Amino acid sequence: MFRFIVRRLLQLIPTLFGLSLLLFIWLRRLPGGPETAILGERGTPEMRAQIRRSMGLDEPILVQYGRFVRRLIRLDLGTSTSTKRSVVTEFLERFPGTVELSITAMVIAVGIGIPLGYLAARRRGRLLDHLSVGGSLIGICIPVFFLAFVLKAIFAENLGWFPSSGRQDPTLGATRITNFFVLDGLMTREWDAAADALWHLVLPGIALASIPLAIIVRITRASVLEVLNEDFVRTAEAKGLTERTVRGRHVLRNSMLPVVTSIGLQTGLLLSGAVLTETVFAFSGIGAFVAEAIGQRDYPVLMGFILIIAVVYVLVNLLVDLSYSFIDPRVRVR
Amino acid sequence: MRASRPKAAVAAIAVAALAVAGCAESDRDDTSGGSKKDVLVFGVAGDPKVLDPSFASDGESLRVARQVFETLVRPEEGGTKVTPGLAESWTPDAAGTTWTFKLRSGVKFHDGTDFNAEAVCVNFNRWYNAKGLMQSPDVTAYWQDVMGGFAKNESPELGESLFKSCTAKDATTVDLAFTRVSSKVPAALMLPSFSIHSPKALEQYDASNVGGTAEDIKYPEYATAHPTGTGPFKFKSWDVANKTLTLERNEDYAGNKAKLKTLIFKTISEENARKQALRSGDIQGYDLVGPADVDPLKNEGFNVLTRPAFNILYLAINQKGNPKLADIKVRQAIAHALNRQALVDSKLPPGAKVALNFFPDTVEGWNGEVTNYDYNPEKAKQLLAEAGASNLSLRFHYPTEVTRPYMPSPKDIFELLSADLKAVGINVQPIPLKWSPDYLNATTSGAKHDLHFLGWTGDYGDGYNFIGTFFDRQKDEWGFNNPALFAQFKDADSTADPAARVEKYKALNKAIMDFLPGVPVSHSPPAIVFGKDVTGIKASPLTDERYATAEFKS
Repeated sequence: MFRFIVRRLLQLIPTLFGLSLLLFIWLRRLPGGPETAILGERGTPEMRAQIRRSMGLDEPILVQYGRFVRRLIRLDLGTSTSTKRSVVTEFLERFPGTVELSITAMVIAVGIGIPLGYLAARRRGRLLDHLSVGGSLIGICIPVFFLAFVLKAIFAENLGWFPSSGRQDPTLGATRITNFFVLDGLMTREWDAAADALWHLVLPGIALASIPLAIIVRITRASVLEVLNEDFVRTAEAKGLTERTVRGRHVLRNSMLPVVTSIGLQTGLLLSGAVLTETVFAFSGIGAFVAEAIGQRDYPVLMGFILIIAVVYVLVNLLVDLSYSFIDPRVRVR
Repeated sequence: MRASRPKAAVAAIAVAALAVAGCAESDRDDTSGGSKKDVLVFGVAGDPKVLDPSFASDGESLRVARQVFETLVRPEEGGTKVTPGLAESWTPDAAGTTWTFKLRSGVKFHDGTDFNAEAVCVNFNRWYNAKGLMQSPDVTAYWQDVMGGFAKNESPELGESLFKSCTAKDATTVDLAFTRVSSKVPAALMLPSFSIHSPKALEQYDASNVGGTAEDIKYPEYATAHPTGTGPFKFKSWDVANKTLTLERNEDYAGNKAKLKTLIFKTISEENARKQALRSGDIQGYDLVGPADVDPLKNEGFNVLTRPAFNILYLAINQKGNPKLADIKVRQAIAHALNRQALVDSKLPPGAKVALNFFPDTVEGWNGEVTNYDYNPEKAKQLLAEAGASNLSLRFHYPTEVTRPYMPSPKDIFELLSADLKAVGINVQPIPLKWSPDYLNATTSGAKHDLHFLGWTGDYGDGYNFIGTFFDRQKDEWGFNNPALFAQFKDADSTADPAARVEKYKALNKAIMDFLPGVPVSHSPPAIVFGKDVTGIKASPLTDERYATAEFKS
């Protein structure tokens, strides 16, 4: 098990190296650079040239890349060209928002998706099945930003049940410890601040959960249907086990492998999905930050974001692989 | 009996929650929530970049600076005229190169130290003696734009500094000496980048130490956490994780104290999201209202304020890439082909006007007697035929994914203008480009852009800030070399007498419209909106709104 984990972590190094080189070259191949974004319509060619030179952007790409790697080894991702703050600091302040949002979305997606998929399979061909299959198709098809917009228009703007933007009401003046606002509220016993932060997570959480929810419903349903037809289920039923034991211990557990794999993949995708959701809800996470960085040609932020996504993706999938042996003891990680 | 796994998981989460609960101290003061009636949350489009306005050129940083700091002179409330700020009065010497400012007394910085002539000199000397990375155009953009250079320039692109020296004659009298007469003095000193900071705070937080490497500029602590001015609001906190910046009332303010106790700027980058946040009560005002939202918001009872137009949208014609465009008749034909009134009526916000000059009529030096190119397609065709350019084909650049105060919907503007051009037989080749950086790069360098539109919002109330920026030297954007025009600009800029300078601006506007380097299209009034119960704010053409006078109707 230990060797497995180490080996998987070591695989990260060539992955990150290749990815960063590719991205580094690709980003700098894009026409224009941060200097135009910084100066706007006020820039002259001379001013732009001076900024390019001062940022070292006029040097050969490999020289720039070498400097990037040397810094990366010290876990320094450089300074954002648009905010002039360290990229690591920026991410530390914004990453907790994205994590809170992703966890909320995943809790919604898993909490509703697995039971719904399971029930749909058990009642195959009946109304609930049709509703959940049709609903999940809609969930996959509706663009996240559109759903986010509609949710906001109805539940924030018209009904006023939920806040329409941000992570917390700024007039609360809440204390910041970890920048995980819910956790901070609990830690400092500022219960109103924790509740307010949770309240702010509901609408963006639902919007972000829509696609993973739909996928989890479909995969759970398909997987449960397959397992229901297995011989061992029939044997278990024939043995006279209670329906509850057959369902919980045999059917559900055996259908979970593909579902868990999909949850792992979805978690990685959530980070990219957050770019849209966070922008629509003015939610301060890395998603919204990166959306701005693209327009600003903020190379260090974009590089940092992709590298962090890659690391999160690898770590989440490592957890998924480890969970296989937990769900199905026949699977051994080596 | 062993607990089932889900039950165990729930129990574990509950134990963890109990374990963290109350494990850290709350630093919230009891009054921070306050009454909602003296807390205004205002939605802005972006985070401020930096809190020291010496290093800022983006609108959001300057908006914060205008509440925290004050300048020697400031624009009149709701206008562009130069009026007293920290200085009560100012007079130039006979040569027009040394200006004596008489300062207000009894003013204190937020850290309790006194504002005086010495403090003014500390600030000017700090900017003038900038070294290293503080000389990057990315860092001190406005100083470089206005003053042109530093005591010791470290880059060949920099010129001789307009600023020469500062002398504190007594506690309330200060002399600012300049190397030449310039139209920029004193008007440009109203820019927030010339805000006066507390010398003690500048030293305490090492404010001039712009560090890092050329590639990774790092601002000093002062610029991110300790801005210390004399303004009606004091900086309280900048919560990057919640995209909010909080200011609190300066109880020791020398003038009328702010009516709000707390002013919070909350970043909501998307325009629609700002509108929704206003409607749902999350915020009590926002800036950059979409032109299409002005009337609906007014009808709903929101307080929509229209700023007097202080901008210009123009169609630029590049004479370098296409030799036909160097022919004045072709440029005149383009001007006559455009139905600018139809554009203003259909695509721009209420109150927009067709432009006759390259600056709005609120700026002194505007000239109503210039050559006017009215909408006349027949004349356009005739001029094209005379110039032998009946089969003219032009590359027309327009930006995507952007709205500017002077240009609410670039694609619509492009479609109308290109239809006008096609109607007189000009073949238009559309080139849409992403605003930043592609469009700005393509239209301000090289010579592959025949036509494009761009605009400008004035920084301060002097005509040179508009026409000088566009036409006082050779630029790739326009691709012409007109030494006589450039000389005329130099002469106007170095005229000390304001009245005489205004006359020269009028002559310049005439010369520009005869030469017709491009076509001035329109001036659009941008709007800002406040909640139904918020009053006391006057819209400013320079976006110099003063939140200190804002209050909630009881």
